[in-house]
Amino acid sequence: MHWHGDIHIDCATPTETDVLRALGVPVDHEPDARTRDLVREGIAELRRLAKPRGIFSSVTTEEFADIYRGEGDNNEPSPLADVFPKADELALFAATIGSTVTERVSELFNAGEYALGGALDAAASEAAELVAGNVARTVLAKARHAGRASEATRVLNYSPGYCGWSLTGQGALFAALEPCRIGVTLTDSFLMEPVKSVSGVAVVGPAGIHDFKDDYAFCGACRTHECRDRIAGLRGATPRGDSYEHA
Amino acid sequence: MSTLERIASHLERGEHDEVRTLTEAALGETLSAPDILEQGLIAGMQVVGEQFRNHEIFLPDVLMAAKAMNAGLEVLEPHLGTTAVPTQGTVVIGTVKGDLHDIGKNLVGIMLSGAGFEVIDLGKDVSPERFVDAAAESGANVIGMSALLTTTMPAMKSVVDLVRERGLGARTVIGGAPVTKEYADEIGADGYSFDAANAVECIRELTQRS
Repeated sequence: MHWHGDIHIDCATPTETDVLRALGVPVDHEPDARTRDLVREGIAELRRLAKPRGIFSSVTTEEFADIYRGEGDNNEPSPLADVFPKADELALFAATIGSTVTERVSELFNAGEYALGGALDAAASEAAELVAGNVARTVLAKARHAGRASEATRVLNYSPGYCGWSLTGQGALFAALEPCRIGVTLTDSFLMEPVKSVSGVAVVGPAGIHDFKDDYAFCGACRTHECRDRIAGLRGATPRGDSYEHA
Repeated sequence: MSTLERIASHLERGEHDEVRTLTEAALGETLSAPDILEQGLIAGMQVVGEQFRNHEIFLPDVLMAAKAMNAGLEVLEPHLGTTAVPTQGTVVIGTVKGDLHDIGKNLVGIMLSGAGFEVIDLGKDVSPERFVDAAAESGANVIGMSALLTTTMPAMKSVVDLVRERGLGARTVIGGAPVTKEYADEIGADGYSFDAANAVECIRELTQRS
């Protein structure tokens, strides 16, 4: 199973709350009108400039084991090493919103328009995550369509650089997936260009396979522990943007 | 309330048009440009830094205040050219070699400028040689390095080593999402900061010590 193509901007547009949170504004803080206007302007600019695209390619458990091993730099043990053998379907993926937004952020900062630059940067980071989520849901929808997943099946993304999967794993992932087809390339330091891109593996299976505690050795250095929310989200209501629409 | 206090107050609220107008008015009142800078713009930005550190305000407020500071600086700059403006010190900043993330570094630069430091921003993907050459040429007190990738963090050690090798007096400070105090200690950096407000404190402390 393989797919790559454009994704509708509506599927890459974060909410004001998403952007405020990305800017470090606590959820229980009521922002003033100017801050709200700023965030709206950032989102509008994002919608004007972003070119969301995605790619995925299914791999077998054995194929992924090789890719995951990468250059042998992963932490052991790690959650993904335990999770992926239990998956019903695995797909390498990459998602991006293109380079224009990042260029605009630099322009704004250079012009002293720090506030709008910051809002646009935050909106862009959220947008890249939304595109990645959209690609993952496309993997799940296609697996369901092919009869390899049920309505109860869920999908969760894991990315190199997180949860014990070394960032150097990007090398093997990119060699297998070839995200250059959507304009995403890798630098010598395993950085993706455009910067606002996300890559990894979409793990399709029962929600329960992702149940792990955040007490691995490397979890101590993690500042967000956002895996807790992501795993909890698998058991909750259908996430926003579950329908996948491609431009 | 004096004009300088009003400048500081409007800057704290991120009101850039008012800051620009009041800075022009202050020059018209024959206040000196360095006084307007220090007692108006920097004074306001220091309050912003404190409020941010105490979680009383958040990043959008800081960025709006920075824009207001910039508006005032644009008015002042032609008048500062021949005047020696006292600074807190000179800081060379940049994102290390191989890393293209610069929002965090930009924010540190904004906060440092607002706190009265002279900031030389080398941008992103900066080689160890460029960091050290810039520090040597400018006589910088501090080199501030940022990294968002674990794979680029070793470049920080290269800078620290090169500073020592060349016998520069500049102190080194590191920061960025994957960077820890333990890593700073391990590579022999003089300081570590976990966010932009903390970076100002850390650098201020280092410059006062030196």
